Amino acid sequence: MKITYAIKRKLLQIIALGCSNAHLLNFKGGKIYTGKWKQFCNPGLNCYSCPAAGFACPIGALQAVNGSMQFSFSFYVTGLLLAFGLLLGRAVCGWLCPFGLLQELIHKIPSPKWHLKKGFLYVKYVVLVVFVLILPIAATDYMGMGKPAFCQYICPAGTLEGGLFLLAAHENLRNAIGALFGLKAAILILTLIGCVLVYRCFCRVLCPLGAIYGLFNKFSIFHLTVDSHKCVGCGKCKDVCQMEVDPVKTPDSAECIRCGACADACPTGAVCLGFSTKRGKSLA
Amino acid sequence: MGSKTKIWARAAGLITSCVFLIYGLHRGEAGVVLNKAVNICLECIGLG
Repeated sequence: MKITYAIKRKLLQIIALGCSNAHLLNFKGGKIYTGKWKQFCNPGLNCYSCPAAGFACPIGALQAVNGSMQFSFSFYVTGLLLAFGLLLGRAVCGWLCPFGLLQELIHKIPSPKWHLKKGFLYVKYVVLVVFVLILPIAATDYMGMGKPAFCQYICPAGTLEGGLFLLAAHENLRNAIGALFGLKAAILILTLIGCVLVYRCFCRVLCPLGAIYGLFNKFSIFHLTVDSHKCVGCGKCKDVCQMEVDPVKTPDSAECIRCGACADACPTGAVCLGFSTKRGKSLA
Repeated sequence: MGSKTKIWARAAGLITSCVFLIYGLHRGEAGVVLNKAVNICLECIGLG
């Protein structure tokens, strides 16, 4: 049996989910892990208020440092994101992100499937700039502390992974529910419905981490190449791509999550995915 | 983009990321991340 990228990826996604969320016993008491590993960031989106989370969320960490009293720019988190981006690009989304795996599973629910209009793809860049970069620095209180605006007003991963479990376990937290939770719950419900209808709807429309890693797809060491000598122009790679990318025209597209479906579908082996730069000659 | 340009861009980026990481750790940013991550984030769960 040929081990396809689809099999390799699913295995790695499950391993990454387990590594990111190893503290399963915390669900029982509604606690969160408080060990020193939480100073390190997970490469993918995974709320640090999830009871099982063993690492910090990079988007939450970036906002926390940028909005802190001591610092207004996080060299640490930016350095980590730069390293993950240069090594893997959006392969982080496709292979390592727990919330990405969850969206893929939700998309398997039988329903009509929709295509995403191109304009929606740019929303995540606005979210990144406004909610992750500007608001935590600009909207500060009297002590000079900013709030993590993306986590506070948008992030459905936090509501799902952290909010629901912690609220279920703590009555005092449930008593504090207000309009803000209503907003976040509505965003979560819309996101889940969106993910049933559109493949990885959150990744493509709202995720600021996907927006950051997408910028690195042109430079990332893990990349996609299309061998112009082997390509017969059958278009099968484009047809199977659930992110609606044409790998022949734009192998470095910011939307490509390096899932490898195109490489699995290519009848001539023209599409290659990996760290090596010598395996294929790009058409683009 | 040429392959040489890509290699230089990757090398420059990786060096920059290492410098950023070391500088960030040196000035104690990991402590801020840890402090945020080990407490329940009320903003994240929709209460803050």
